[in-house]
Amino acid sequence: MEFFHKKTSFPFMATRKVWYTLSAVLMIVSFASFFMKGLNFAIDFTGGVAVEAAFPKEISTETVREAVVAAGFHEPQVSQSSTRDVNIGLQSTGQTAEQLRPIFEGLLGKLDPGVKITSLEVVGPQVGDELRYAAIVSLSVTLVLIGIYIILRFHTWRLSVGAILAVLHDPILVLGVFSVTQTKFDLAVVAAILAVIGYSLNDTVIVFDRIRENFEKNRRLSPDQTLDNAINQTLSRTIMTKVVTSIVVVALLLLGGETLRGFSEALLIGILAGTYSSIYISSSIALSFGLKAEHVFPPVRKDPLDQLP
Amino acid sequence: MLEYPRWKYILVSIVLVFALLFALPNVFGDDRALQLARKDREAITVDQLTQIEKVFKDAGAAYIGAEIDRTGNALLRFANDTDQLRARDVAKDEKLGLPKDYVSAMMYASRAPLWMQAVGLRAMPLGLDLRGGLYLLYEVDVNAAVDQLIQSYDQDFRRALREASIEFNDISTLAVDSDIPNALSVSLPPNTDRAAVRAAIKRVQPDLQCRDANLVNGIAVECALTLQQVRERQDFAITSNITTLRNRVNAMGVSEPLVQRQGLNRISVQLPGVQNSAEVKDLLGKVATLEIRLEDPRPIPSNGRAPIGAKIYDRMEDGQIVGKAMLKRDIIVTGNQLVNATSSMGQSGPQVDVTLDSAGGEEMLRTTRANVGKRMGVVFIEQRSETVEINGAPVTRVIKDEKVISLATIQGVFGNRFQTTGLTSNQARDLSQLLRGGALTAPVSIVNERTVTATLGEQNIKDGVTALVVGMAALFLFMIVYYQLFGVVADLVLLANVIVLTALLSMFKTALTLPGIAGIILTVGMAVDANVLIYERIREELRNGVSPQAAIKAGFEKAFSAIADSNVTTFIAGVVLFVFGTGAIKGFAVVLSLGILTSMFTSLMGSRALLTLMFGGKRKIAKLHIG
Repeated sequence: MEFFHKKTSFPFMATRKVWYTLSAVLMIVSFASFFMKGLNFAIDFTGGVAVEAAFPKEISTETVREAVVAAGFHEPQVSQSSTRDVNIGLQSTGQTAEQLRPIFEGLLGKLDPGVKITSLEVVGPQVGDELRYAAIVSLSVTLVLIGIYIILRFHTWRLSVGAILAVLHDPILVLGVFSVTQTKFDLAVVAAILAVIGYSLNDTVIVFDRIRENFEKNRRLSPDQTLDNAINQTLSRTIMTKVVTSIVVVALLLLGGETLRGFSEALLIGILAGTYSSIYISSSIALSFGLKAEHVFPPVRKDPLDQLP
Repeated sequence: MLEYPRWKYILVSIVLVFALLFALPNVFGDDRALQLARKDREAITVDQLTQIEKVFKDAGAAYIGAEIDRTGNALLRFANDTDQLRARDVAKDEKLGLPKDYVSAMMYASRAPLWMQAVGLRAMPLGLDLRGGLYLLYEVDVNAAVDQLIQSYDQDFRRALREASIEFNDISTLAVDSDIPNALSVSLPPNTDRAAVRAAIKRVQPDLQCRDANLVNGIAVECALTLQQVRERQDFAITSNITTLRNRVNAMGVSEPLVQRQGLNRISVQLPGVQNSAEVKDLLGKVATLEIRLEDPRPIPSNGRAPIGAKIYDRMEDGQIVGKAMLKRDIIVTGNQLVNATSSMGQSGPQVDVTLDSAGGEEMLRTTRANVGKRMGVVFIEQRSETVEINGAPVTRVIKDEKVISLATIQGVFGNRFQTTGLTSNQARDLSQLLRGGALTAPVSIVNERTVTATLGEQNIKDGVTALVVGMAALFLFMIVYYQLFGVVADLVLLANVIVLTALLSMFKTALTLPGIAGIILTVGMAVDANVLIYERIREELRNGVSPQAAIKAGFEKAFSAIADSNVTTFIAGVVLFVFGTGAIKGFAVVLSLGILTSMFTSLMGSRALLTLMFGGKRKIAKLHIG
């Protein structure tokens, strides 16, 4: 079986303005939504309320969860530290501990009048500035180092710029989609975005590798043609790999349950975006910056020193 | 001709055998369990286990297994969390007849056979987000650590000046808001030779920066810690507190704890699977230090009021108060001068070998020389913070609990190494652990504590695993449809990759978290990619009319640079994320970096070995079934 039986020859470079426009629009929408609507952060980021209650008799987490949901709280996390002690975690509601205490005394009291609320406090986020800082620093350092690696391996900054922009493109798009749809943004989504960056990089570098190889084979061919050939030759592989990985991610999305939804959605969007950006964006940008064969393989110049007697 | 060196075959086989072995414990899963340990740390006997079982049976607690584990503790296994919680209520309820000398802890116990655990084969632990557990964030009072250091210099100064026969009025710590913070001021009578004072100080503490100062009523020499010293001291306080917390966590028998420095002065402790938070917090939250003092030979006054220069403590033995002890107020050494403490078997029975730093050793030498035959006490000082409500507002106060845990006769003169004898072997082990683990260099306080509910409940984890298995099966099937026989090879290689990665994660005891799962999916994707790259190249070569064997060879060679470049760039990303990331990001980075290594190994070496085995040598291959 093969996706493309014949050699394809899609004119990716000639149509690049179209794809630039598409990407630009997507980026602007993503940024606009990100700054205007923001993200729907989960309890990992916002902090919340932690309630500990001691019942005089045995009680099940399910009963407590139902009571808390019935009182209008969303997605409470209920766990037990003994058969009679219950911990309840809630997303921040904006209410203070003083306001919440009577509410919980009331709703838990209905389950058992002898209940005692042993602790009720507003807790800070599990992650916060520290994670944001770590994410920004590590992403920046990664991009710089990868830029340098590509310059070393491919001898031109044009490809570095292409790779970095394509790599930035994908997480921004994922953040954009999460912001527009207001899908819950939790720590697992952060992990998915990191994975997306990995995929995107991987893809881009593989196309670059083919570009280098094609330049080496035939220096006379125009850069447009060489880049088009490289992308067309790797197309079967690009799509094959993405289909295969998507199979796993789609299975996670369909069967993995509610808690894995954000995670698998982010991965799926990211994989699609990564495929798109490595086909349409990364190489085109290098071309727009004037990539030529001699950038990748500098013409051998005789060192003037060699001519000295 | 297609060939592959024999040593590479051997290497691949060895790695696979070891990987299978290390990955194996993950197959068994674990049970919710209740661990019962004797308070005196003796191993539990079979008879005692039967007795324990009887108590639980009589109380109607359902359990599915009872055994004595590797550490000599009793372990009861349960089918579900409700049974486990009920059993713990039984353990807590003294009326039901479980002897008081047991402590219980709720935990997860691996179902892997005992011999596997005995040789160190463990399943990879699940992280807080998958399993739930306890998260504690401690803040270390680094300034107090610096103060302690200055206090110890105070003693050094006094000694140095006495030895140099220089008279001084007083030595005091300069106020924090003075122009030189972290400094000691030696006030001197007028006309003292301050150069001599500085020289004397320089002999004991050469790194301090000293200056002359004029006071209202005399002259003084002021010596300050350098910024470098302050920073070193603060770092030392953090790292030694991390060690202490780690020791205490390990002593609790919690599986796979995570104790990490977080930011400048904080330590985070993650205890996956720990459910009985109150007891754990109680154990860990205790801040303890040690002091060694001479016994005051005077009789203890009957009214309980200590005479001047002495202090009365409770005397502890085996966790019980057995009486009073009166020690002198002068401290010989404190816990932070302790370098190491180990228990061993000496000529006169079990003993604890203690090693002090040089200053502590000198002081000990001087004290013991003058006091052979007298007794010396080890004071164990425990601090815990307690929040109480005063007039409606929560107030945190520190409660200090001091007791004498050892009172031993000085048998001879000694310096920085000495032994404490007259203990049972378990007492010796406990004391050495206490000394090692108890010597916190700076007070710590809990700034954040939370019982984390697993993001994914047990049902969700099952769903997730099912989804992963179904997804992988579909992937395997698709590869076979797409690449036929080569698809089968690719599937075997992918399977090997997952096994080797699981083995590495189990070996390094890396907790598996959701970000880690993202990393595994990414690596599987990259391993697929490597195989696809190779096969597409082989197809290309075949289309160009190259012979099957040459096509395989060329396929590997030509795909290599693409695979290498893409993996190296992603590896760079993994390493950077590991270095700069915290928590979730770090977990992802570890799996990603290891995964890239395993996928490179299996896709390049493993796959090539297998294909050469199938198609290599002098055979004539007419056609490759590569779809």
